[in-house]
Amino acid sequence: MSISFERIKEKLNILADAAKYDVSCSSSGSVRKNNSNGLGDSSGMGICHSYTEDGRCVSLLKILLTNHCIFDCAYCVTRKSNDVQRAAFKIQEVVDLTINFYRRNYIEGLFLSSGIFKSPDYTMERLVAVAKKLRLEENFNGYIHLKSIPGASDELMREAGLYADRLSVNIEVPTISGLKLLAPDKKHEDFTKPMLKVKNEIIQYKSEKKIIKSTPKYAPAGQSTQMIVGATGESDKDIMYSATHYYKNYNMKRVYYSGYVPVAEDSRLPAIGTRVPMLRENRLYQTDWLLRFYGFGVQEILNNDHPNLDMDVDPKLGWALRNMEYFPIDINKADKNVLARVPGLGMKSVQKIISARKYRKLNWEHLKKIGVALNRAKYFIVCDSSKWEHRDMEGTKIKGLILQNSVGKFRKEYSTQLQLFS
Amino acid sequence: MNTLKSLIYDGSFNGFLTAIFVAFDEKTRVADIQKKSASQSGLFSETESIFTQMDKAQRVWNGIDKKSHTAIQDIYFAFLSETKGVEMLLYSYIRKMFASTNSISSDFSDGTVLKISQLARSVGREKHRMEAFVRFQLTKDNIYFANIEPDFDVLPLISKHFRSRYADQQWLIYDFKRKYGIYFDLNKVEIITLDLDSAYTNSINKSVHFGDEEYNYQDLWNNYFKSTNIKSRINLKLHNQHVPKRYWKYLSEKKAV
Repeated sequence: MSISFERIKEKLNILADAAKYDVSCSSSGSVRKNNSNGLGDSSGMGICHSYTEDGRCVSLLKILLTNHCIFDCAYCVTRKSNDVQRAAFKIQEVVDLTINFYRRNYIEGLFLSSGIFKSPDYTMERLVAVAKKLRLEENFNGYIHLKSIPGASDELMREAGLYADRLSVNIEVPTISGLKLLAPDKKHEDFTKPMLKVKNEIIQYKSEKKIIKSTPKYAPAGQSTQMIVGATGESDKDIMYSATHYYKNYNMKRVYYSGYVPVAEDSRLPAIGTRVPMLRENRLYQTDWLLRFYGFGVQEILNNDHPNLDMDVDPKLGWALRNMEYFPIDINKADKNVLARVPGLGMKSVQKIISARKYRKLNWEHLKKIGVALNRAKYFIVCDSSKWEHRDMEGTKIKGLILQNSVGKFRKEYSTQLQLFS
Repeated sequence: MNTLKSLIYDGSFNGFLTAIFVAFDEKTRVADIQKKSASQSGLFSETESIFTQMDKAQRVWNGIDKKSHTAIQDIYFAFLSETKGVEMLLYSYIRKMFASTNSISSDFSDGTVLKISQLARSVGREKHRMEAFVRFQLTKDNIYFANIEPDFDVLPLISKHFRSRYADQQWLIYDFKRKYGIYFDLNKVEIITLDLDSAYTNSINKSVHFGDEEYNYQDLWNNYFKSTNIKSRINLKLHNQHVPKRYWKYLSEKKAV
């Protein structure tokens, strides 16, 4: 192998390793047609080209431009004071890697982030230069996700959106007090300012496009952010109320939740070797889905009486067990938004039920065939059958029955019974 | 007066649609519809050979498409599953469809409809998988070459995707199991056959057909794949579920270096 390939390989190892804590790997939501017989075509459907051994989707070449950084945020592996190998890609090197990986069908595109070297603008300028080169010189229509560097100027953020499909700033710490503790060099406004700029540009470009068809696209896949979970003492309510704030006020496409992986010894943070709170992360994502697709309000699921999610049952089941007066629901009559609240019914099942019940009234057998998770749903619904599992059971009784008759992938993490006998 | 008949067609989708045309047109009592390569004569039925006719196939396609676009797609996808006996299942689906005034493609409480929709879903999933798992290797002749062994016959379904995505490079995707491939020559996609003794897998042995630069990129990709993994979150069960082992031999990131 030639010397230059060896050097690239070394850089790639360092800069991919440092970028992996950013969990977003979405490549969907942006349509870029290959009209010019160039390279790449995005239909709006994301593709996961592979999956890492930790089970996460590999859709994009996810790297840092450099892991040199002038900041010292406690939670970050790239922090100034951390003793790690440092490296930096040249702009052309990132372009070449992206194109050659894309041509071999390894990836959908590029997710480029960076440590902050010299200044936020100096860094953002280089990220934009990579995207611009890919679009204008390589005629590349694949997906590009750029990180908005906290503190970058409005002018650069405007340019970034012209070449990128998605922009994101990671808020990382869900509360302002936590931010002060862990990232004393950064101000809350450094994060929100580029977010606000991107949000306003998206709105403006969209409205102009309605009048002038040739208006270019601006960040068509929107913007996203990420929060670390379990690094500081915040409750699930803190996290989800904060997420709701960003969805609402910055039109976020996605908020990602990342169970904190200890990367350096620091008295402010969980010690190295502490387990990643994966179950909690999973419950937060379930809640996020309930808010975005199932019509739940955040205060229904998390409030002062219930500041934290149940670990032993999913948040929809948890809500249902606390609100038994809402049930049973008639599968053959209920509206879509009511069906969506039944534990064990996903939106796909809801859609199938609505289609299938036009032909005949549905009974237990039909529901089972359609793929409804009856082990949970049966306590909350009635259908075309005299058999009704709910009767007058208490929520706690139902919960016990469901837990007894199901296997959850995280069961060992909250099963206390086994410990009695071991 | 109508005796029970087995219709024997050439194995193509148009051949199958011609068989459907004949069955409806001649009000045949159909005992079975079979591929020529797999036909077995029934004890109590006659056989009739069907000669594929594009105009008849087209009429059946249009007739179904007019009733329901979902249905024609489900039928085509389910056909490509190559499931044993799928022809009769499809025949009964199509008869149901024409007997009903409404579209039946979403009547999931009907066994036939549910089965066809499930088969179509499986084929759709395999199509999506191949769009993800194709790994091109650049040959010394400047052709991006990939071989695959999909569970179902999905080459006809993925052609368009690769055509629009890789419009400025020559590429060839070869189905090693079914012994044919699709080749894009910068103008059009053609169906081709090759004389391949063995597939080009991700073996550590290098082939003379590919240059150093190709192996360098495979090496970089393999490295990237390892670097991007978070060891403290390891979940091999989920990994294997998303990337089933039968596909590994064609994935350069799964090469054991």
